[in-house]
Amino acid sequence: MKESGKRFGWNQRQRARLLLVFSVLFLVTVAAAGYFCRDASMVTDFSRKNLAPCFAYPFGTDWMGRNMFYRTLTGLSMSILIGVSAAAVSAVMALILGIAAAALGKRADSVISFLIDMVMGIPHILLLILISYACGKGLKGVIVGVALTHWTSLARLIRGEVLQLKESEYIQIAERLGHSKLQVAAKHMLPHLFPQFVVGLVLMFPHAILHESSVTFLGMGLSSEQPAIGVILSESMRYLIMGEWWLALLPGIMLVLTVVLFDLGGTSLRRLLDPNSVHE
Amino acid sequence: MSCTNKRHILEIDELSVSFLQYENSRSSRQIELPVISKLSVSVHEGEIVAVVGSSGSGKSLLAHAILGMLPYNARTGGKIYFNGELLTPEKIREYRGGRIAFVPQSTTYLDPLMKVGEQVRGGRNSSGGKDSGRGGRPSGGRRNDPERRKKQRALFARYGLSEETDAKYPFECSGGMTRRVLLTSALMGNPELIIADEPTPGMDLALAKKSMEDFRAFADEGKGVLLITHDIELALEVADRIAVFYAGTTIEEAPVSDFASEQLLRHPYTRALWRAMPQNGFQPLPGTQPYVKDMPAGCPFGPRCENYSRECAGEIPMQRVGCGTVRCVKYHGEPLAVHEHHA
Amino acid sequence: MLLEGKNLTFAYDRKKGNILTNVSLRIDSREPAAIVGPSGFGKTTLCKILSGYLRPQAGEVLLDGKPLPKKGCCPVQMVWQNPERAVNPRLRMRATLADGQQIEDRIIRELGIEEDWMNRYPQELSGGELQRFCIARALGRDTKFLIADEISTMLDMITQSQIWNFLLKETKERGIGLIVISHSEALLSRVAGRRLTF
Repeated sequence: MKESGKRFGWNQRQRARLLLVFSVLFLVTVAAAGYFCRDASMVTDFSRKNLAPCFAYPFGTDWMGRNMFYRTLTGLSMSILIGVSAAAVSAVMALILGIAAAALGKRADSVISFLIDMVMGIPHILLLILISYACGKGLKGVIVGVALTHWTSLARLIRGEVLQLKESEYIQIAERLGHSKLQVAAKHMLPHLFPQFVVGLVLMFPHAILHESSVTFLGMGLSSEQPAIGVILSESMRYLIMGEWWLALLPGIMLVLTVVLFDLGGTSLRRLLDPNSVHE
Repeated sequence: MSCTNKRHILEIDELSVSFLQYENSRSSRQIELPVISKLSVSVHEGEIVAVVGSSGSGKSLLAHAILGMLPYNARTGGKIYFNGELLTPEKIREYRGGRIAFVPQSTTYLDPLMKVGEQVRGGRNSSGGKDSGRGGRPSGGRRNDPERRKKQRALFARYGLSEETDAKYPFECSGGMTRRVLLTSALMGNPELIIADEPTPGMDLALAKKSMEDFRAFADEGKGVLLITHDIELALEVADRIAVFYAGTTIEEAPVSDFASEQLLRHPYTRALWRAMPQNGFQPLPGTQPYVKDMPAGCPFGPRCENYSRECAGEIPMQRVGCGTVRCVKYHGEPLAVHEHHA
Repeated sequence: MLLEGKNLTFAYDRKKGNILTNVSLRIDSREPAAIVGPSGFGKTTLCKILSGYLRPQAGEVLLDGKPLPKKGCCPVQMVWQNPERAVNPRLRMRATLADGQQIEDRIIRELGIEEDWMNRYPQELSGGELQRFCIARALGRDTKFLIADEISTMLDMITQSQIWNFLLKETKERGIGLIVISHSEALLSRVAGRRLTF
């Protein structure tokens, strides 16, 4: 790390900032572009079906002559929206439960800790399928499912941080100086929790997106007329043996790219928000 | 009595340590923060030399610099000689834990999961790797070597650690016991120099003095101790010479006997320090030590000095006077002699 | 004012035995008092009980015959040994100082706190500078007793004498009781008139 930093003449923070800006730009562009080509992605035209990638159709077309580039963008943008909203709900749950566990005394702590362990103990995808199925599949099912399964690790992190902060001398002093628990939490704890929360939220996106696509791929998520990335991938399986590789490969690569960029963005954000980050 | 013809065990010549840091918590601009600048101090055979400075002034970094334990974003300048030989990073690695021993400030340097007897026998650095002296479990072979076992027993007996202590874990030892375990651990490698970083925090004066007697006995065998502490009262009790650390540098090195009265001291800061001691008048000098980012040019004490003049803002050379040194342009003694023994 | 501890008993973990057993003491605010005891006797624990950080398992702390108030600013304030740990690393010093209860500008000036330090983070100040903030913070309007637990142990002699000369003057003028803990005999004989030996 140190070596390469020197070669480019940049320090770690500058690189982190650049990565963050790049991933945010990419993701916003994909999300917006998907929204605008939603109608175009639905157009079927049997005169151009099963075309391999070419200049006019960079991702090729499918058996109904739909432009796969538009379909992929729309699917990704939908995944991003679902991922962001589910992760946001999940992170807020984590924040509330994490603080409650640490602040409301022993009994609340053991109940919440038990809940965390229980949810963590069940494989995500299994729980997700169950919840999504119970909520009647579709958009609502997926969002509720993802939101209810992803809060645990962040909640545990926040609980630990609050427990540690409660013991710190400066917080005990602030309480003896007559400030209420709420005032102390807002003034002294939030500046510590906020970076953890934001980074946790951003790093939850890629998980949420991947789980959304997996559930949809398995047929327990979004319905098949939606241009979701999971739907695209599962449908393409049938055509893969016929040599139509582009139907699976290119949307798959885009999904991986999106997830990796979210992860890079989150890691860069953590570097920037942590004042004790390495001084390279 | 002349002290200059005694053999030098350790000589530090114009050591500087600086850190590359971000300007503030948000900025991506990096600046170099000079924490130690032009520090010179020496330890002769049979001597305990105390470096005295307030907490947070960077004096702990001195020990880390000598032992090559600084973090990667630190840069150092100046020279360190051990027995007249220039210490390079390779030499440091070779001597550390052997001829140069370290008694750390914090008792967390002990492995909490290992009995203290075994730990002392194994030595802290037996893994011999590039690690910084922490970590690295000693190999079992060395631990069970009968000769090392005998030596460890003898050292424990000498410092009043009973046979039961061998089988104790660090958390079962009292503060004083842990200190002695750390000391015996340092002595296992037959060192010629011990560097002790704040060895007595949280001890009352009686206990601190008692643990200092161990250092005295060690130095009396013709060896050297560099004691880094904030506690000048303790240093006056046990040390032979005191180096006064102010704002990243040593401004005066003087034998303890010079602290008997203000007139014998040379630097205006040392004199102010003397006047501020509870037993000598308790008079405060106004002002504070400058933070590393606001260091004045020239003498760091300049802005608080009553004799301040223009020449204080320039380069301040170290002057050798009798058994000590002083870094003040207003003091007129003999100029610093060039040391012959490096050649 | 009179600060009393009556039959104080305290244990962090009952299985490991009591730190304090049946400790009683009376301190008058007119004369600075030192608490003296052997290493490991639990002086810091006693200070924490007297200033309301810890609640004893048995016994009570009375200020002029009344128990310490549970809400609001505690009239018995304590200054800790290690100033680096007593301030929030993520807040500027101005915000940390604002935790105190209406700290007068006079106190800030007399402690030698410079305006420029207020906008800094704790990592950018030395231990002696931080301890001045901690002392100012504890000297709010309603403070009646100040407990100083080894507050100058980590500082140089000049800073120590600045801080103690200020504290002696300030507490005398405002009639604040001063309780001192220090391992330094020389310091105790300068600052404390009375000794409570355990």
